[in-house]
Amino acid sequence: MFRNIVIKRRMLALGGMVAAALFLTQTLMPTTARAAEPIKIGFSMALTGALAGAGKAALIAMEIWREDVNKQGGLLGRQIEFVYYDDATSPSKVPGIYTKLLNIDKVDLVVSSYGTNEISPAMPIVMRKGLVFMALFGLAVNDRFKYDRYFQIMPAGPVPKVDWSRGFFELAMAQSPAPKSIALLAEDAEFARNAVSGARINAKKSGLKIVYDKTFPFGSSDLTPVIRAIKASGAELIYIGSYPHGSVGLVKAANELGLKAKMFGGGMVGLQFASIQKNLGPMLNNIVNYDFWVPEPTLKFEGVEAFLTKYQAAAKGKKVDPLGHYLPPYAYAYLQILGQAVTAVGSLDQKAIAAHIHANTFKTVVGPVSFAENGEWAKTRTLQVQFRDVAPNNMEQFNHAGKRIVLYPKSVKSGDIVYPYK
Amino acid sequence: MFTGELLMNAIVSGLLIGGFYAAVALGLSITFGYLEIVNIAHPTFVIFGSYVTYIINLHLGFDPVLAGLMTAPVFFLLGMFLYRFYYVSFERAGQEPLNGLAFFFGLMFTVEVLLILVYGVDYRLVSAPYIGQTWHLGFVDFPLRMTVPFVVATTMTLAVYLFLSKTFVGRAIKAVSQDRLALQLMGADPVRIKQYAMGIAIATAAMAGSLLIIIGPVEPSVGRLYIGRVFAIVVLGGMGSVGGTLIAALLIGVVESFVATFYGPSWAPAVSFGLLFVTLALRPQGMFGRA
Repeated sequence: MFRNIVIKRRMLALGGMVAAALFLTQTLMPTTARAAEPIKIGFSMALTGALAGAGKAALIAMEIWREDVNKQGGLLGRQIEFVYYDDATSPSKVPGIYTKLLNIDKVDLVVSSYGTNEISPAMPIVMRKGLVFMALFGLAVNDRFKYDRYFQIMPAGPVPKVDWSRGFFELAMAQSPAPKSIALLAEDAEFARNAVSGARINAKKSGLKIVYDKTFPFGSSDLTPVIRAIKASGAELIYIGSYPHGSVGLVKAANELGLKAKMFGGGMVGLQFASIQKNLGPMLNNIVNYDFWVPEPTLKFEGVEAFLTKYQAAAKGKKVDPLGHYLPPYAYAYLQILGQAVTAVGSLDQKAIAAHIHANTFKTVVGPVSFAENGEWAKTRTLQVQFRDVAPNNMEQFNHAGKRIVLYPKSVKSGDIVYPYK
Repeated sequence: MFTGELLMNAIVSGLLIGGFYAAVALGLSITFGYLEIVNIAHPTFVIFGSYVTYIINLHLGFDPVLAGLMTAPVFFLLGMFLYRFYYVSFERAGQEPLNGLAFFFGLMFTVEVLLILVYGVDYRLVSAPYIGQTWHLGFVDFPLRMTVPFVVATTMTLAVYLFLSKTFVGRAIKAVSQDRLALQLMGADPVRIKQYAMGIAIATAAMAGSLLIIIGPVEPSVGRLYIGRVFAIVVLGGMGSVGGTLIAALLIGVVESFVATFYGPSWAPAVSFGLLFVTLALRPQGMFGRA
């Protein structure tokens, strides 16, 4: 009888200890378990559709950053995990994706998809949650939203619309005699229209007479009538905002019709992509167009070559831009900035992260980056590069200096302009 | 600025791009006009043809037009198979109107995704010695990038027109949608005739694809840009009229080019579709369609 009582008491004591242990486990474990949980970064990306070429290249760059950071122990001692969905280059899909990322996937941080058209629709969702929003190549998106936690990595400058084409006009007006007239042409989509609206302001500031100012439908098959109309206008400068399909059509039409102008180019997307560069070959010569990174000696920032080596190896067989000069370094850099800010703040406090990004300069593979009040680069570094001595059917040539000479800005200039274009 | 030189060049440019539009619309004219199949996936087959041309041009160095000619017989067989599948799955069961449309919608997205998976999303272009060259006839320019597709497209359309008018199978294709029973009494199997028609339609998509990639770069989703325009051309020309399709395509091309040259390219599609509405209001069966 006594023995049974002792056993019962021992059992109760043991049960109490187990209960206490369970209580302590439940109280303390979440903290230690959370520390081991990955930090989830959510985003949508154009993996199909018209901008998928760029979107997939960006994703490769982002994955390289994730691997680099995770190898070094992650952020705040936690590994990085991506949660992303294909937005199919369709702005209408973006709000739904970010709502899901924030409300169902419960991501810790968000960054944007590629391009102005895909960034804008995410803004109201991200703003409602008060999250820091690192944006990848949006032009003047925050002009409308004025969100103090928005940071955009494309080096357009603090007045993006105007700064975007500032270099083109400064170069033109520095020539002697200075040109007097300009034609403006925009493909009918947001980025191209924004770029050309800034060019319109710069043209007026420069005292240029606008002799042609039109838009053309997205994805037009034949642009020879447009180039012929511009040719007939007699414009000395031709500033174009276009997407890859249109850019190729315009460059081919300009060559076929023997377009003559003092400067031709400006804001043509696509001329930065290796496959298009290879196909157009010598047709590109003397075009002055925007770019963000080219392998000129003045742009060899610390880490960029190591990054491009990794990117070019990763891009093999994935049917994306094999050189990756245009977008990938910036897709890596916008995560570098977010990572550096999280590390410096020591938490995922969005207000503190935003304040830190506003107050500091970040060392990245695209050089030092600091932001203006509106979340754009504090100072424009939109390059104006001129294609020079391009040989036919040779992609490798674009991996070396001398084919895309940096004319603007002066801080990274690598050569002088050939003027006129033709 | 309105000059005779600009006007002549606008007309020539319009005819050149119109010829290409005819090549894209020709297959749809057959399926929609004669078989009454709303093959919304037709432009996707054009893009598929562009990719096959790209591969042949890249790896074998063949001219894109030759690549298109090599691809067309394979696409013909593909078209025959496609119709057989459509017939067994939908037409025989009398479910073709809605289910058939859904089928071609699904096919469009499937082909597009397959192209993305196999070839990626980068822009693809071909090289040929005439791309970038221009002939000048007085003050009129003939960019060969546009002229070669025009010549090939109009030749192909003429060949299909003659085939449909002069051969037994061709006349049977024209008859199959009108009087199936009479066709059977003539000893022709309507299903087989429709198979041939679908084969020809998809074969023309292969050729149109080879012409498209001569004109400009392609990526898997670019076919969607043509859906509205090719349907408009077929309807404008008149259902079941290959000649009407060619004339409508040339007309749309010239109107677009004229508007782009003198008023601004953004107005071109609106004016083209305005032309379609006016034509249909005055002549609901289209310019050359049967009343």
